Amino acid sequence: MHPVPCRVRSVVRELKDTFTLDVEPPHNGWEFAPGQFTMLYAFGVGEIPISISGDPNDPSRLVQTIRAVGPVTDALTAVSPGDTVGVRGPYGSAWPTEFAEGGDLLIITGGIGLAPLRPALLEVLENRDRYDNVTLLYGARSPGELLFADELQEWRGRFDLDVLITVDHADRTWRGPVGVVTSLINRASFDPESAVAFVCGPEIMMRFTIQDLERKGITDHRLHVSMERNMKCGIGLCGHCQFGQHFVCKDGPILSCAEITDTFWIREV
Amino acid sequence: MSEVFDLIVEHPFFAGMTHDQIQVVAETGTVVSYGERETIFTEGTSATGPLLILDGDVALELETPGHGPQVILTLHSGDFLGWSWLYPPYRWTYDAHVHSNAEAIRFDGPRLKEASESDPLLGYELMKRFTEMLVNRMQSIRIQLLDVYSTSR
Amino acid sequence: MTEPLVINREGVDALISTLIDRGYEVVGPTVRSQTILYDTITSTADLPVGIRDRQEAGTYRLENRGDDALFGYVVGPQSWKKFLAPPGTVFWRGLRTEDGFETVEAEEPPSYAFFGARPCEVAAMKIQDDVYLPVGDGIYTERRKKSFTVAVNCTQPAATCFCKSVGTGPDVSEGYDIALTEVLGGDQHYFLAEAGTDSGVEVLSGLMARDARDEEVVTARRLVVHAADYMGRTLETGGLKELLYANLSNPYWREVGDRCLSCTNCTMVCPTCFCSTVEDRQALDGSSAERARTWDSCFTLDFSYIHGGPVRSSSSSRYRQWLTHKLASWQDQFDSIGCVGCGRCIAWCPVGIDITKEAAVIRERDIRKVAIETPAVKEAVE
Repeated sequence: MHPVPCRVRSVVRELKDTFTLDVEPPHNGWEFAPGQFTMLYAFGVGEIPISISGDPNDPSRLVQTIRAVGPVTDALTAVSPGDTVGVRGPYGSAWPTEFAEGGDLLIITGGIGLAPLRPALLEVLENRDRYDNVTLLYGARSPGELLFADELQEWRGRFDLDVLITVDHADRTWRGPVGVVTSLINRASFDPESAVAFVCGPEIMMRFTIQDLERKGITDHRLHVSMERNMKCGIGLCGHCQFGQHFVCKDGPILSCAEITDTFWIREV
Repeated sequence: MSEVFDLIVEHPFFAGMTHDQIQVVAETGTVVSYGERETIFTEGTSATGPLLILDGDVALELETPGHGPQVILTLHSGDFLGWSWLYPPYRWTYDAHVHSNAEAIRFDGPRLKEASESDPLLGYELMKRFTEMLVNRMQSIRIQLLDVYSTSR
Repeated sequence: MTEPLVINREGVDALISTLIDRGYEVVGPTVRSQTILYDTITSTADLPVGIRDRQEAGTYRLENRGDDALFGYVVGPQSWKKFLAPPGTVFWRGLRTEDGFETVEAEEPPSYAFFGARPCEVAAMKIQDDVYLPVGDGIYTERRKKSFTVAVNCTQPAATCFCKSVGTGPDVSEGYDIALTEVLGGDQHYFLAEAGTDSGVEVLSGLMARDARDEEVVTARRLVVHAADYMGRTLETGGLKELLYANLSNPYWREVGDRCLSCTNCTMVCPTCFCSTVEDRQALDGSSAERARTWDSCFTLDFSYIHGGPVRSSSSSRYRQWLTHKLASWQDQFDSIGCVGCGRCIAWCPVGIDITKEAAVIRERDIRKVAIETPAVKEAVE
């Protein structure tokens, strides 16, 4: 239960207040599943759950993307290579990449939601022949706020991956789509009878996305989301992350819509 | 005219309408082409009727003082563009221009309305479809308004 | 277990002394600030001798019984979680080093003997075991492993008690080392003493205890049965989970929410509530840091805070969270109902909100029932 001191290898600024940390994993043989998170600790300041955004095929690196929104994340993103942060984990459930094999896969995300989905996409691409059509739909606020822009460009160039990107607003230099990410669903190619969808982003965006996907015929046991709730312990003890009967830290964060359908649509649960 | 009919008869927007009804609509339509960055219409000018995008991407823009033109929505092949022709003052409320070469069908708004007045059943069918489109756009705009990706402290 | 034994008040004193001699810190009920509070005891004189409690919704009073009963009351605002998961426990210390930091183990906890634990409390400890032990929580596990429990069966429930409804009392069946049943009447005053574990057998064997006579056992048992029939309240548990899950959007939550002050008393006094938070502190010169765990409550506004605001901002959503967690979701999480029927939340709620009443109102105004009873739907169904 104690944070393990881990050395910071590098800090990359992705966007104005979003940084990616590359940290030495807590021990040899450390590994994680896509979708999991760690509790990252800044000495004396505090601890916060952070999604792992790295490549699950390369567990020798612990890569996490953090948005600085408060004192703990400010401290975590102000580190330099050689500094030490505390790591507990990995915790939580994973994106069911195996369940999605044999059919189409839709990955729909917005904003920093791309971070916890990146490991899933990398795992899928590593086993590309097990899937039919794989599509990434990504929405961001504006062109300057696209996360992992270089990698998105790379992914767009692949023939075995459909990447559609939209922004909420843009100036004239942006020649791509402008509008909500749900508007991209109609342009994605998938068989609604069998496709699996992974959705991650602000809860409102997930709500509308799920409604649109269900309207298209994707049933709720094939729809998976990453829930987010306040977490203090990451191990199902402090009670903060409860969402209905689920502890988001251990039953989630990845949950299928079938599991949460009774509570997802009720306010303030 | 039959060229327009052939282009729209299979279009999902008109699904459920009779061929006769679609024929009336087709008769008000003209195929138009736009070159790269060409303007389709500008804010404040006369809104003559809806456009159905056949091919290409169209950007809707609002000129914002201090920030230049901001793209607020893009539409693509298969989408209908424009609703200001439905009600007074019949003026476009934004700019529309194409990103690259595009082809569309321009429909004659006043003629569509005339046809609807004399055949209310046709009018109802069209209204049903245009309002559904409006509702979907409204839904999307609401989410855009919420600025869900912004960081708050 | 073994056959019941009988001891008198001196025997109880001897029991306390034996436990102290074995290195336990013996904690039990005492009277302080006109309340029964759990604290260190060294003899029966420290117990609330001849004291009775009068409890009702939003009401707690102590009065003199006019006799020498050692256990003539039930439960006060505290429960044994005060010792098993003490608020403010430092469970992690770190020292800054040249390379970064290193962690240091926190201190050894004491061995507690819980003296006078009521059956509902013993059940509550078992329930908390299911929360803390599977996760391997250091703070709780250490203290629990080293603890010794002397339970006291209840013979006089309070008006707020409903352990019978949830099957946790009025007597213990497991989870105790020794169970006492006090019999006081006429010119008798004895305690039936039964061991529940080998440790219990061993401790009892060192006391001056004799085998209980049949009529002594019968009398003691009868008192407990009588207590079961005399419960102050009932909680209807049939289909409770499905009922509450189906009524998350029941407008009634708003009514309760309007009364609830979100004062968090109920969660503080509840023996099964386990929500906590952590405090990270640093020495002024930054050379060391520690993490302490302290109690938290789902009733606080920032309990569910994410991204600029709480998920549960209305007090009705927070009351709903507490009640449905305690009575419904707990079942899916831990395979048991989270409530032990101790009635503390009822007594200690400043506005007297009663969990048994609220559950009953939801049952009465079940939105599933209403749906079937409107004329249009009824007709369609028929």
